[in-house]
Amino acid sequence: MPIVRALITRLITTLITLLGAAIIVFVVIRVVPGNPIAMMLPPGATDADIDRLKTLYGLDKSILEQFLIWIGNVVQGDFGTSITLRQPVYDQVIGRLPATLELSIMALMIAVLLGGAAALTATLYRGSRVEGSIDVAGGIALSLPDFLWGLALILLFGVLWPLFHISGRISPSLGFEFSSNFFLFEAIARLRFDVVADLMGHMLMPALALAIPLAAIILQLLKQSLKECMHDDYITLARTKGYSESSIILRDALPNAILPTLTLIGVQFTFLIGGTVIIERLFSYEGLGNMAIDAVINRDLPLIQGIVLVFALLFTLVNLLVDMTYAALNPRLRHA
Amino acid sequence: MRDARGQIRRLPGLRLWLSGGWLTLLVLAALFAPLISPHDPLAQDLFAGRLPPFFEEGADQAYLLGTDSLGRDVLSRMLYGGRLALIVALVAGTLTCLIGASLGLIAGFYRGWADLVISRFIDIWMAFPPVLFAILLIAVLGTGLTSVIVAIVVIDWTRFARVVRAEAMGQGAMDYVASAQVAGRSRLGTALTEILPNVLPTIVALLTLEMGIAVIVEAILSFVNLSISTDQPTWGGMIAEGRTSIYQAWWVLVFPLFALFLTVLSFSQLGEGLKDHFDPVLR
Repeated sequence: MPIVRALITRLITTLITLLGAAIIVFVVIRVVPGNPIAMMLPPGATDADIDRLKTLYGLDKSILEQFLIWIGNVVQGDFGTSITLRQPVYDQVIGRLPATLELSIMALMIAVLLGGAAALTATLYRGSRVEGSIDVAGGIALSLPDFLWGLALILLFGVLWPLFHISGRISPSLGFEFSSNFFLFEAIARLRFDVVADLMGHMLMPALALAIPLAAIILQLLKQSLKECMHDDYITLARTKGYSESSIILRDALPNAILPTLTLIGVQFTFLIGGTVIIERLFSYEGLGNMAIDAVINRDLPLIQGIVLVFALLFTLVNLLVDMTYAALNPRLRHA
Repeated sequence: MRDARGQIRRLPGLRLWLSGGWLTLLVLAALFAPLISPHDPLAQDLFAGRLPPFFEEGADQAYLLGTDSLGRDVLSRMLYGGRLALIVALVAGTLTCLIGASLGLIAGFYRGWADLVISRFIDIWMAFPPVLFAILLIAVLGTGLTSVIVAIVVIDWTRFARVVRAEAMGQGAMDYVASAQVAGRSRLGTALTEILPNVLPTIVALLTLEMGIAVIVEAILSFVNLSISTDQPTWGGMIAEGRTSIYQAWWVLVFPLFALFLTVLSFSQLGEGLKDHFDPVLR
């Protein structure tokens, strides 16, 4: 069974990647100039204090031993204690992760809708001015990163034409008690649409900033695939049957053209999640990325370590999932 | 049909001219910043705080683009900020390109163990969000121009390595490479005289794109106050200040943001234009 062997190989490389990522994080944080102990102690600490703390954190052992102890703890979900928040890093990270996930998924949905609609419109009006303007808009959307789109949106819809919230995740005045950190999902499940509207009003601007560059990528690839499809025989057949152009594009061309775009969306999704770090900062959105920047500014090394590891795990899992979905969808691999 | 093709030919030309024009202007402004700056970019004048730009009411014509909350001249700060942006673009972009492209060439042409190791490293790098990785590196390296450049090189070498590896692999399978080998050329000689010239157009286009990315990364780092020391004006730093006083003094945010917009757009359009220029199908 080649597919089973491919799966096992893929799982092994995923594990190697994760181990490598853990080593890089460990090296960057532990083997750097600067002493983590010195940062934890008040200025008046004696040498005996330093030694005691070193023994406590196992820093008197060899680097290899230190790494093995550390990775053992990490695997068990023990990421240490945050220096600034004085709480277990694991709880902090898990508490913030839902906010980042909701923002990323929202942004992905916007990107798919926006990019897909633009590609279909451009295909329907191909050769006309509409296609030309969509191409130009797509080119500009692709050239500028999410950070700049975020700033542009703040200016446009926060200041010039204040339609949406440009900071925070929810209005504090709402006074709604959540029992999970998935605010949006929970509000939808509990049918509180006033809360949903407030959450969306906060999330729309940052999500749109993340979505615009990805929408442009989707537009370009989907449009290209659709264009190639439009010369195929089955399209001519459908046309002779008298179907309208828009229904031909939606019913016949789209299902045949969509596979490369789906793969691309999977690959690009990790880039989008990576973008949340600065976008959350820009919009004061209380997610993992915003917490990471605070942790760096406060030199809270255990917290940074935990956040980077969680991102690495998330990215690797998304990539694995994309590869497996692709293998399942690709008939050549499925029937081999 | 002929019209459409004519447009495709004309558009990249215009694109190249516009982006080239802005970048030339930027280089000149950066070179002569000390001569053309109307004010000292660091000089504070608390009596002239938050003056609007020249076309608004209450403006002081001595401060063309207005002043920030500490009374520092926005135009002068932008000129000096442009200097730093360009230095980062050139140095970080070139270093990233040299290191990434070399590793990509080695992996793609020599294959074997070298490829295995380099590819594994690329995979590991793909597991980190680039901005977070850069911020983490600055946290351990300390702020400063060198740290920013090192951080950009460390996070972005994979961009070159991935593309050059794939291209070198494709070229390596071609007949002309095999004949160079049969003719007794050394492996290194083949890599440098046969493969490299064929991959070079892609590398040049990527380098231009990378310069725009370097400008953005520097702006993001100075936006979160982790770039160059705080007494050096940077576009990102100005944008961060402008973000906090956006309702009182929009110009502190808008002008540096506009400069950043144009610069990043120009680098990426130049890169796209060069890619089309080297593409034999479009040429």
